[in-house]
Amino acid sequence: MAHASKFKNPIINWIDTRLPLPSLLHHEYVEFPMPRNINYLWAFGAIAMIMLMIMIATGLMLAMQYTANVNLAFASVERIMRDVNYGWLLRYLHANGAAFFFIAVYIHIFRGLYYGSYQKPRELVWILGVIIFLLMMATGFLGYVLPWGQMSFWAATVITNLFSAFPIVGDPIVTWLWGGFSVDNPTLNRFFALHFLLPFVLLGVVMLHASAVHIVGSNNPLGIDIKGPQDSVPFHPYVTIKDLFAACPFLLLYCYFVFFEPNTMAHPDNYIPANPLVTPSHIVPEWYFLPLYAVLRAIPDKLIGTAAMFAAVLVLFILPWLDTSKVKSCAFKPVSRFFFWVFVLDCIMLGFCGASPPEGIWVILSRLGAVYYFAYFLVLIPVLGKIEKPLPRPASISESVLKNSGKPMEKA
Amino acid sequence: MRSMKTVIFAAALAFGFAGTALANEGVELPEQNWPHGGMFGSIDKAAAKRGFQVYKEICSNCHSMNLVPYRALLGLGFTEDEVKAEAASHQVTDGPNDQGEMFQRPALPADRFVKPFPNEQAARVANGGALPPDLSVIIKARHSGENYVTALLTGYEETPPAGVTVLEGRYYNKYFPGNQIGMPKMLNDDGIEYKDKSVKPTAKQQAMDVSTFLTYMSEPTQDERKHLGLRVMLFLFVFSGLMFACKRELWRDVGH
Repeated sequence: MAHASKFKNPIINWIDTRLPLPSLLHHEYVEFPMPRNINYLWAFGAIAMIMLMIMIATGLMLAMQYTANVNLAFASVERIMRDVNYGWLLRYLHANGAAFFFIAVYIHIFRGLYYGSYQKPRELVWILGVIIFLLMMATGFLGYVLPWGQMSFWAATVITNLFSAFPIVGDPIVTWLWGGFSVDNPTLNRFFALHFLLPFVLLGVVMLHASAVHIVGSNNPLGIDIKGPQDSVPFHPYVTIKDLFAACPFLLLYCYFVFFEPNTMAHPDNYIPANPLVTPSHIVPEWYFLPLYAVLRAIPDKLIGTAAMFAAVLVLFILPWLDTSKVKSCAFKPVSRFFFWVFVLDCIMLGFCGASPPEGIWVILSRLGAVYYFAYFLVLIPVLGKIEKPLPRPASISESVLKNSGKPMEKA
Repeated sequence: MRSMKTVIFAAALAFGFAGTALANEGVELPEQNWPHGGMFGSIDKAAAKRGFQVYKEICSNCHSMNLVPYRALLGLGFTEDEVKAEAASHQVTDGPNDQGEMFQRPALPADRFVKPFPNEQAARVANGGALPPDLSVIIKARHSGENYVTALLTGYEETPPAGVTVLEGRYYNKYFPGNQIGMPKMLNDDGIEYKDKSVKPTAKQQAMDVSTFLTYMSEPTQDERKHLGLRVMLFLFVFSGLMFACKRELWRDVGH
């Protein structure tokens, strides 16, 4: 019948013998074995989760004050800034929170790339992560439209128009997305509805992502699996305190932007109310989309450019099968490591290309950057996995730890 | 160590992109030294009050400030009676009354600044086709905000550079994108008489004062934001130290 419960607290015990939620949480977030050698890069999953919580909490309160109507949206945002108690705080936490959510997730993704966290048996963890990333991008874009400033309106126009690149079905799709024949009130209304819905879908996928990683266990800088209790520490208190500490400097930087540079990452044109008759001199998305925007503009053909932009994200789905290496961590693959860092620089360079007008040197750099981006996944990773001879690896996590720290492997 | 590098790297990334996004096209703007600049700065209320006088006597003849109510002036140190009197000096349309008619009444502190023109078309026809922008958030709606506004207001040149023909009804301005602006030079030395005689109303002084006023009106909560921000940052800084100590203590005897 009911499983034997182990909690001292009688109320928790009572619940646990009827609904094993406390047992589940205890198993997954207290005694769950984590590799003892994980570094601070492993904290960015938890940090991203904190950001998601901040976004949902502030977003809910903003939604109570916001009005999704083309004639009222801009003024309602300014009303939040001026007349709602701490409305300015909610809005700046939310607007800058989106950027910092992306920063955390980008670091999380690059960490996965470097240490081969997508490799067998973590393919599903990775795929769910890519779905989260796609949902984030959709949600971020929808949210950018809501204040109904100039950049909101024109970003919505440019991005939705990308779908018109598809032959035959393109224009009907765009009309369907808009709910009319231009970006207008129906567009804003549905964007608000979807912007409210998607974070909860995202939260659901995050739970699946976390469940999946708790089946196969976390990867670690050595890319070697846990072989016994000597290789691991319990999740709580060891990893919880490490994540909590790591979150502090991150939140400190976030708060610096919220309180002292709240508009630095945004475009001033978004403080001009949307005007369909005036096109801004240059339309840019939020900075976290700039690398993809550069890929889009690198290709002169609209259809192929759009396809390339989507492919740049979709290629991540098949990454677990593109990587032919038996070794996960780039720590043991110096050649792969070199090309990984070139890839990081490539993404940053593409970001600058996306922020610059598409002319002169920027077009050439965008094209070179886009070529390297795809070559990294489709050529370098599969080929290097076959031909690169990895460095010798330690037999186990504990062996490596003992060698590095000289500290006793006290059983935690 | 590597994780610290990553954090710094991420920060550099954020700043880098912001930097590119902010890069202004064309001429370099002179940067003023604003009392409200930086983490510890706060709005110079006396300057903002003088700026209100500039706004009222000069700017408000053409520019609206639709998002700002008269009560926002309380934050600059005007008394309640002064704000009521200021509001009451403008007429707003209200109604319909019991007879079903719209009527005029003096504005109240809760009313928004009364617009100089009833609609965009009226504003354009009175300004040679140009539309004077609403000034509620003008400082946030321009690159370099208050520096740009100050530069623009003092950036007129009587004789444009050789080879430049200024269009009919336009004026040459060094800082305006395209250099041909619909607004004539409005601020002149001693063009206004400050109540505070110790401040000389040069054009530059007026420009800085009205920019300070507009900076305040673009976000009246900004001093409160910085004040709260310092306390939040201080808390997080101490909390970081505490968490670091806890982490060190817990992991002290655990090889990792």
